[in-house]
Amino acid sequence: MEILVCVKRVPDTAENEIVVNGKGTDIERGDLVYSVNEWDNYAVEEAIQIRDRVGGSVTVVTVGDGDSEEILRREMAMGADKGILLSDDAFNGSDGRGIASILKSEIEKGKYDLILTGAQADDGAAQVGGMLAAMLDMPYASLVNKIETGSGNTIGIGREIEGGNQEMSEIDLPCVLSIQTGINEPRYVGIRGIRKVASVEIPVHGAGDLGIAAGSVGAAGAKVKRVDYFVPPAGEGAEILEGSSDEIAEKLIELLKSKGGIK
Amino acid sequence: MTQPIFAYITHKNGVADDSALELIVAAKKIDPSAPVTAIVCGDGAELDAVCTAMAAVYPEVWKVSSPALAYPNAEVVRGVLVNLLPAGAVTLAPHDTFGMDLSPGLSVKLNAAFVPDVVGIEGVDGVTLKAVRQEFGGQVSTHIHCDMASGVVLNIRSGVFQADDSKASGAVVDKSGQAGDCKAKRRFIEVVAAEVGDVDITKSDVLVSVGRGIEEQENISIAQELADAIGAVVSCSRPIVDAKWLEKARQVGTSGKTVKPKVYIALGISGSFQHMGGLKGNPFIVAINKNSKAPIFQVADIGVVLDLLEFVPELTEKIKEMK
Ligand SMILES: Cc1cc2nc3c(=O)[nH]c(=O)nc-3n(C[C@H](O)[C@H](O)[C@H](O)COP(=O)(O)OP(=O)(O)OC[C@H]3O[C@@H](n4cnc5c(N)ncnc54)[C@H](O)[C@@H]3O)c2cc1C
Ligand SMILES: Nc1ncnc2c1ncn2[C@@H]1O[C@H](COP(=O)(O)O)[C@@H](O)[C@H]1O
Repeated sequence: MEILVCVKRVPDTAENEIVVNGKGTDIERGDLVYSVNEWDNYAVEEAIQIRDRVGGSVTVVTVGDGDSEEILRREMAMGADKGILLSDDAFNGSDGRGIASILKSEIEKGKYDLILTGAQADDGAAQVGGMLAAMLDMPYASLVNKIETGSGNTIGIGREIEGGNQEMSEIDLPCVLSIQTGINEPRYVGIRGIRKVASVEIPVHGAGDLGIAAGSVGAAGAKVKRVDYFVPPAGEGAEILEGSSDEIAEKLIELLKSKGGIK
Repeated sequence: MTQPIFAYITHKNGVADDSALELIVAAKKIDPSAPVTAIVCGDGAELDAVCTAMAAVYPEVWKVSSPALAYPNAEVVRGVLVNLLPAGAVTLAPHDTFGMDLSPGLSVKLNAAFVPDVVGIEGVDGVTLKAVRQEFGGQVSTHIHCDMASGVVLNIRSGVFQADDSKASGAVVDKSGQAGDCKAKRRFIEVVAAEVGDVDITKSDVLVSVGRGIEEQENISIAQELADAIGAVVSCSRPIVDAKWLEKARQVGTSGKTVKPKVYIALGISGSFQHMGGLKGNPFIVAINKNSKAPIFQVADIGVVLDLLEFVPELTEKIKEMK
């Protein structure tokens, strides 16, 4: 099975406090720790496991700047066979649809049986996979937490739905699936693994290589634009307990007692 | 504004989802005077029941009936909507597991813009829709300008637009004839119910809930000891289940359990809407988190901005001493 996995480099929210810059034009990016989007890591792990089961290859692709190469290498260290970086100044400011159409142009240059994305990325949009599928006229399923490969031209999938219930379906190949966390346990990647792939060449494709008309993607082609970043004025909000940790603990115990939180 | 507005109604067992009443409220923020049409897809008596209920809220209800729609397969529904919706339609759907499945592809097929997970609507200026979204797990918000000249699909976060007392005596219009062949390359088989666990977190009045801030599996004992000391049960956020540190039955949230405790103590949980979506009944929420900007502080009653790995053992000791 030829599998393509779309991955994105994002600020790691578990490692960073996200702060809006003075003008509200962006978040402060200076000291951010970046990593591969959590959901994408599960998608790559799933792709590797499928390949190891049924054969074929795994390609990881990202739309980003030069810095995004590092996450391609990380996913190759996990076991992906190839990496492709889609990068061009003309891509800057793309909305979800722009990203999907850039990915589509790359996908049409190859022949893939299965295309995986993460369920969502840092902007919580959960849109690129579904858009990509519609553009490619392939069937789609979101929030997939089980994949059963068979021998024919269909695969069995489970989607996670409300309450943790699982919706089982059969889907024709080729298809696009967005992967939900928990589908597997992504393997650990050590420094040695990353070193091993440090010198593998990663092709970079721009708008020209992909035959993408200027103005159809990027800020110019975007129907949906982010105007600013802001932090909403705190409403009621929590009462923050102040003092030494000893004092805080005492206040908290009193509060918990009064609310029936200590039996 | 002259663009027609539609709300996609999700339902189960003949009852419309809560989002059905919220979408019309969101729609009125786009255009207070626009008649909003509800679209209900399904089959049989359950479909009729939902259509009747919606006609009491929406001025018009489009009913689409087919055995192929008995279970809401988004791939089938998308085809139906592409056949039914007029050019330039403004279409609202809930940002839940169905809306996430349906809407991105629908927007492409309609050549419409798409705004996911909308938490605010500030109105329309010409063909520009102004909306509010959140990013980075709710740590920051953004204003969005969306060109809706050729239509737009909006996925609305549940619980944000509070249902009002919208009343109508709407007509139910049967659109089944225009639905198309209802075929799709993805075929629904069955729903497998979530596993039942050893503990039932929905039965406990007091929950000590652990999130990714607990950092390591061994540290779960810190939460368990606090829970033991106060007579609570340990629940958790999703990453803890994904890492297999606790069983799925202990997960609070939209893809886990809905709980209604009296007191909820959140340890190292950021407060994503999917997590908070499982917390009902207005409990007394205590959040312990080392990041003072964590979104959970916006909804918690009491906040402690400290490292939980140091503070919680101290707290547990004090409680034990006191007893
Ligand atoms: C369709 C869908 C359904 C989902 N369903 C659910 C669901 O049902 N339930 C759910 O929980 N999530 C769900 N999620 C995931 C959700 O989006 C978030 O990713 C998740 O809730 C984050 O969990 P968290 O708060 O534990 O982790 P994080 O967001 O990583 O937050 C960890 C927090 O711990 C704090 N912290 C770190 N170290 C310490 C320390 N030493 N002391 C104190 N604080 C510390 C950090 O400041 C941070 O605020 C779902 C996602 C999707 C896409
Ligand atoms: N810039 C990008 N490059 C490659 N894939 C992306 C990019 N942005 C989003 N994706 C994919 O789309 C998924 C969903 O992202 P989003 O729709 O932005 O929430 C991600 O998990 C990735 O798999």
